[in-house]
Amino acid sequence: MNFRIENAFQTTRRGFLKGGAGLALAIVTPVMADTPAAGPGLAGSTMVDGEFSPSAFIRIGTDGMVTIVSKHLEMGQGVYTGLATLVAEELDADWSKVKVEGAPADAKRYNNLFWGPAQGTGGSTAIANSFEQMRRAGATARAMLVAAAAEQWKVPPSQISVKAGVVSHAASGRKAGFGELAEAAGRQAVPAEVKLKDPKDFTLIGRSAPRVDSVSKTTGRATFTQDVKLPGMLTAVVAHPPRFGGKVASVDDKAARAIAGVTDVVTIPNGVAVLAKDFWTAKKGRDALKIEWDESAAYRGSSDAIVARYRELAQTPGLAARKDGDAEAALGKAGKVIEAEFAFPFLAHASMEPLNCVMKLDASGCEVWNGEQLHTGDQFALAKMFGLKLEQVKLNMVYAGGSFGRRANPQSDYLLETAQIVQAIKGRAPVKLVWTREDDTRGGYYRPIYLHRVRAALDAKGMPVAWQQRIVGQSIAAGSPFEGMLVKEGIDMLSVEGASTLPYAIPNLNVDLHTTNGEVKVPVQWWRSVGSTHTGFATEVFIDELAGAAGKDPVAYRMALLDKHPRHAGVLRLAAEKAGWDKPLAPSKDGAKRGRGVAVHESFASFVAQVVEVTVQKDGTFKVDRVVCAVDCGIAVNPDVIAAQMEGGIGYALAAALTGSITLKDGVVEQSNFNDYPVLRINEMPKVEVHIVKSAAKPTGVGEPGVPPLAPALVNALHAATGKRIRTLPIGEQLQTA
Amino acid sequence: MAKINLNGRDVAVDLPDDTPLLWALRDGLDMTGTKFGCGIAMCGACTVHVDGQPTRSCVTPLSAVAGKKITTIEAVGEAKVGAAVQAAWQKLDVVQCGYCQSGQIMSATALLASNPKPSDADIDAAMSGNVCRCATYVRIRAAIHEAARTLA
Repeated sequence: MNFRIENAFQTTRRGFLKGGAGLALAIVTPVMADTPAAGPGLAGSTMVDGEFSPSAFIRIGTDGMVTIVSKHLEMGQGVYTGLATLVAEELDADWSKVKVEGAPADAKRYNNLFWGPAQGTGGSTAIANSFEQMRRAGATARAMLVAAAAEQWKVPPSQISVKAGVVSHAASGRKAGFGELAEAAGRQAVPAEVKLKDPKDFTLIGRSAPRVDSVSKTTGRATFTQDVKLPGMLTAVVAHPPRFGGKVASVDDKAARAIAGVTDVVTIPNGVAVLAKDFWTAKKGRDALKIEWDESAAYRGSSDAIVARYRELAQTPGLAARKDGDAEAALGKAGKVIEAEFAFPFLAHASMEPLNCVMKLDASGCEVWNGEQLHTGDQFALAKMFGLKLEQVKLNMVYAGGSFGRRANPQSDYLLETAQIVQAIKGRAPVKLVWTREDDTRGGYYRPIYLHRVRAALDAKGMPVAWQQRIVGQSIAAGSPFEGMLVKEGIDMLSVEGASTLPYAIPNLNVDLHTTNGEVKVPVQWWRSVGSTHTGFATEVFIDELAGAAGKDPVAYRMALLDKHPRHAGVLRLAAEKAGWDKPLAPSKDGAKRGRGVAVHESFASFVAQVVEVTVQKDGTFKVDRVVCAVDCGIAVNPDVIAAQMEGGIGYALAAALTGSITLKDGVVEQSNFNDYPVLRINEMPKVEVHIVKSAAKPTGVGEPGVPPLAPALVNALHAATGKRIRTLPIGEQLQTA
Repeated sequence: MAKINLNGRDVAVDLPDDTPLLWALRDGLDMTGTKFGCGIAMCGACTVHVDGQPTRSCVTPLSAVAGKKITTIEAVGEAKVGAAVQAAWQKLDVVQCGYCQSGQIMSATALLASNPKPSDADIDAAMSGNVCRCATYVRIRAAIHEAARTLA
């Protein structure tokens, strides 16, 4: 989701104008996002419910507690801590008195500044788009606290200092906490302009303030969607069709209704929901349903056939996504041509918290509790479905137990499913939709299958003079509200990002694309690092193959092609240096083979290089021993959170590289749970070292960029150890059987 | 109506006896710190202690724990080992999304209660049933060693 979507939801709005009834359209005007809660520039206007509220992002109570409102979803990436750090830095707050709460859906005040008039979290944009906005919010509040103190103490504001939540005047020795000044600060005018700190004066940014959610998440007190309970609430468990596009033909619910505690059985567009006051009863009811499915429109494809078809398509030119020079012509003339094919499976996100949603519908509107990642899109979808005004759709954003992209569903799939159930029972009770792990694994919206065919020509010195990369797969954006923004002349940038942006200096560099949405009908979606999940792999394995063919060191070969890309070169150099690349890898004591591989990739404007070390046993089983990671994400707002995101991105990517694969057979998903969709466990986790490049550039994201380099660096390491080149993911048992 | 001893208190649960302990805790007793992750004892998010033993509550029916002593994340910090584990988790900022961490802490506490100085291999053996999709494993390992140090 490395994009801006200024117009995405206007497109949706036009769609609603045509077909929707009674929808208010007031939302799509972006307004200055730091507009104070109670109106700008008016003295005495910023006390709200007894708290000093100088902007939509900050409230300071008379008890001195600073509440920071996060417009972004906390799904593990540390954004609550990051945004609070930005505010607290400029506010000079006492970190121990800072807490964070989730913002409501309000695109006027809480829009993602990189997404125009839309509120949402994704594309590793949270800190990047908020960096100045949140600092300005903090500086504004600070200026008003200082003005209040200056007025009370009758001293010039310039003589007042603020440190760790204490406002003081050195000459008179007067001091006051934020709480004591809150009411007086609320009577001050909101300054039109504030001065932000010089980075050399930062005391929190760059210093790893502790996470604001550590205590609640280690004591069981953090509230996730799964934990929301409303009076009279019913839990719904749904029987979904076995194939995508299937519908209910008929349902025999006699046995389900006979179970004590089952209150309702309702047919919805994508299945049959059973409701009860508790999950277990609802699930027993669901399992007792006898459903005949109408599969006349169901998709019956198989993964193997999809890959075979893509292989066929890869022989013919697609639509050009990048055209530097003429790669075909250069390939025709070259002495040495190297060719490779890379294949990637469907992947499920498999967050720890299976998808769920709590919803209430009454005369005043619809209220939702959700790990809410795409506020504006979900608000539009629910308003349209219920015929409500946007402001009648209230979204309460709670912690998400992971997402990796899944909760930002462009079709609002699981929210609409909840809404259909609520509607089917006429809003009689609030409903919590709970997907089981099996529902979550089989529910679609996967990282699509892709196939890459890459050819390169080397000159006499072994350097590439041509690179032709053909990508085949489904478009994620097509058919979604994001299509208008992301698909240009038939090219979904999410399909080619990371390949069309290849940094290496190659005179003839062509990338083209076949989009297969016309024939493959599997719901697909962004998955942590999106296009770079496959382009990063194909490009970084292939460049390694070229280095090998040229007989050159993989780091030196890349460096020679990165003259114009100093930030790529910077992380590559740092990772290689910290990994001891110039020294041989220590041999294994038991005679097992060891290998080391490298990869570098830019995604979401952050640059990451990783060196992976492996040990491969005689039988082909292997262990990833160590990963050395270098990241350049501009100013490091919270180095410890950055390190955590690199560690986590490495683990998430490693799970996919080792075993991650959703397969379809005759349209049926063959996996169901962690037994057949295995994920990484602690015994498989390598040692990880993270090194952060010191930078004065504006901060960029870290949630996703740690993912792409891992798999190619690993495959390159396995090649270094064994001479075997793996080009199809997951790695699985290819080394045992090859 | 099943009766259990939950976090030192005798309680009755008004749900059928075949209801897994996980759902009895969450839906019957409003104790939501224990999480649902997979329902088949493959992820460990639902780990509680039954008479001190780490147990996957998602596959443990209420009928199997009648009269037994059950400890959950809400009370694990009342004992020395659990408190040390929670403190180590906080000191090292282990959590990311946090959804699996109740189960991780319950498993880690049970490990340290029986093995005060676990090796990396001991940690792998005791903790490999607990999945973390955020892959906080590097820090889980470090936090268990840290808790062991503070308890020594």
